[in-house]
Amino acid sequence: MTVTTPALTDAGTRAPSPLVAHVRDYLARLRGGDMGVLPAVLGLTVLCVAFSIMRPRFLTAGNFANLFTQGAAVTIIAMGLTFVLVLGEIDLSAGFASGVCAAVAAVLMDSHGSPWYLATAAALLTGATIGLVIGALVAKLGIPSFVVTLGGFLAFQGVLLMIVENGKNVPVRDSTILAIANKNATPWLGWVLSSAAIGVYAFVQFSREYRRSRRGLAATPPAITALRVGTVATLVWTAVYALNLERSRNAAVVSLRGVPIVVPVIAVLLVAGTFVLRRTAFGLSLYAVGGNREAARRAGINVDRVRISAFVICSTLAAIGGIVAASRANSVDPNTGGSNVLLYAVGAAVIGGTSLFGGKGRVLDAVMGGAVVAVIDNGMGLMGYSAGVKYVVTGSVLLLAAGVDALSRKRAEAVGLR
Amino acid sequence: MSSPPTGAADASASTDPIIELRGINKSFGPVHVLRDVDLTIRRGEVTALVGDNGAGKSTLVKCLGGIYPTDSGTYLFEGSPVKVDSPRAAAALGVEIVYQDLALCDNLDIVQNMFLGRERTRHMVLDDAAMEEMATETLAGLSVRTVTSVRQRVAGLSGGQRQTVAIAKAVLWNSKVVVLDEPTAALGVAQTAQVLDLVRRLADNGLAVLLISHNMNDVFAVADRIAVLYLGRMTAQVATSDVTHSQVVELITTGRGGTLRRDDHAGRPSLAKRSDPAEGTGP
Repeated sequence: MTVTTPALTDAGTRAPSPLVAHVRDYLARLRGGDMGVLPAVLGLTVLCVAFSIMRPRFLTAGNFANLFTQGAAVTIIAMGLTFVLVLGEIDLSAGFASGVCAAVAAVLMDSHGSPWYLATAAALLTGATIGLVIGALVAKLGIPSFVVTLGGFLAFQGVLLMIVENGKNVPVRDSTILAIANKNATPWLGWVLSSAAIGVYAFVQFSREYRRSRRGLAATPPAITALRVGTVATLVWTAVYALNLERSRNAAVVSLRGVPIVVPVIAVLLVAGTFVLRRTAFGLSLYAVGGNREAARRAGINVDRVRISAFVICSTLAAIGGIVAASRANSVDPNTGGSNVLLYAVGAAVIGGTSLFGGKGRVLDAVMGGAVVAVIDNGMGLMGYSAGVKYVVTGSVLLLAAGVDALSRKRAEAVGLR
Repeated sequence: MSSPPTGAADASASTDPIIELRGINKSFGPVHVLRDVDLTIRRGEVTALVGDNGAGKSTLVKCLGGIYPTDSGTYLFEGSPVKVDSPRAAAALGVEIVYQDLALCDNLDIVQNMFLGRERTRHMVLDDAAMEEMATETLAGLSVRTVTSVRQRVAGLSGGQRQTVAIAKAVLWNSKVVVLDEPTAALGVAQTAQVLDLVRRLADNGLAVLLISHNMNDVFAVADRIAVLYLGRMTAQVATSDVTHSQVVELITTGRGGTLRRDDHAGRPSLAKRSDPAEGTGP
């Protein structure tokens, strides 16, 4: 291990060249089972190519936009689950929690005439409260999260039934909420926002590496940083271009172009979540508690508070996911957040590379995994397979991802002992 | 950071106790674990704490570190009585304990582990560069050359490297006293030598080191003084140069060291050399 890793403290003198050293370091990490987002990217590529060949309609701009709106709710719930999974816990109630929160918002708007922002705030508050209760039961009382949230799974299903009064639909008519999953940003706004985001990303990346190299610390070679920024920029701009294409069947009647509103919503959550996990002491304490709870406790971290916070974040994000789902369905019914939503979300997080064993995971993983799940669901739908086949395939992919996770963990242990 | 406390390493240091425990008692229910234990830890010295299993070493260490409250007794720090009732209080005094299980997070890198729970932030954001710099400096100050990159995950480190990281973590905080619980227990020969080297260097840098060990070779290799616990009593605290291997073993196993007397306040212990067939058969 120490032989393959170049001495970063004096990289200039011993390592052959920073670029070569960086690549070698990356390959060593791959061999060590630290594959990050690579399996999800590969899987996504294979799936997209396969579906495009078998069903050319898969590759149309219209279907591309569909992917985002179809996968949004699951992806957002998976983002929240990441925080809980990093701790080595699980939240099986996140699906129906999202349904309950969406129902709260929908009923407030429908029956009480609340404006959308109050209803959304109420939904988020409901989510936070649910998380607080689950977290307290897990952290303070010491019930395994699996059991607590399994109980929540059933109980929230019941609460949802009670809120929507036994099977009636609660319609969502508020234009702002409906816009999230049904409206698109005007094309120029898509370009402006995406370019601004890429600009900020490039600035953050380069300025960090510049600061590090100025202090004499090991910095990523500028070529690698440029490559990374360039790849992200290319992907984002290609996506924006594709989404800005006309996808209406009859453009003369109604034009359908632009980035779906839900995409910037996911992007903002992705950036915020990544910031919290990677750049704050709280985020680090999540990883620490997930990696070695006793060590975290001895380091003075308030372990109970960290665990409760993770469940609060998870359920709050589930609430956002619920609102997105309600927006897409134009209503809330007793099955909002039910059926496959939770398993898809857990699958998304794990497929992306978040470990079920805790201590490892990123919000980006949830987005990548969410994309894989959405592509499978969408592609198999286009192929005309039944829901049954879809479930079987998605379940198998989840098992495959969990298998990769377990294997890479074993691999990391083997390398670590060597 | 790892610089010695000012004036600690001078010649008078060995007569200058930094921690004195007097008459410490600790019971868990009916079990009287520590009975009137006295312990003196001095700057610039390695004090070894030895004793058989169940002698009360771990309990004494936890009392030192503020994890267990004591039932009675005095805790003197730099001559004045202090109340150490939490790990935070101990850390505030500059007392750091490296436990046997090291308490490192495998999934975090060396820098993250060293700063865990006490991260440097700038406007709420982790100041990674500053932390990395301090960690590198601390390791360099301890002449650690076995760790190539401070951004390595701890999972990939050898036992000796992990011990080094744990010790570096303890001295990062301007600590004055470092307590090491069995630092060489799980290490090979070469790594043991490295860690003992590091332990010696800590004392030479002016820190007070309390080394808990089962291994007599380690104790005799680095310790300046040896404190022996036997069934919850401190049976002797003597200078290493004044005792033999077998006398220490006898103290550990029987609580008696022939006519060896306790080293109260710098008094020389008087020794009666006994021919002891148990030489070298210690634990």
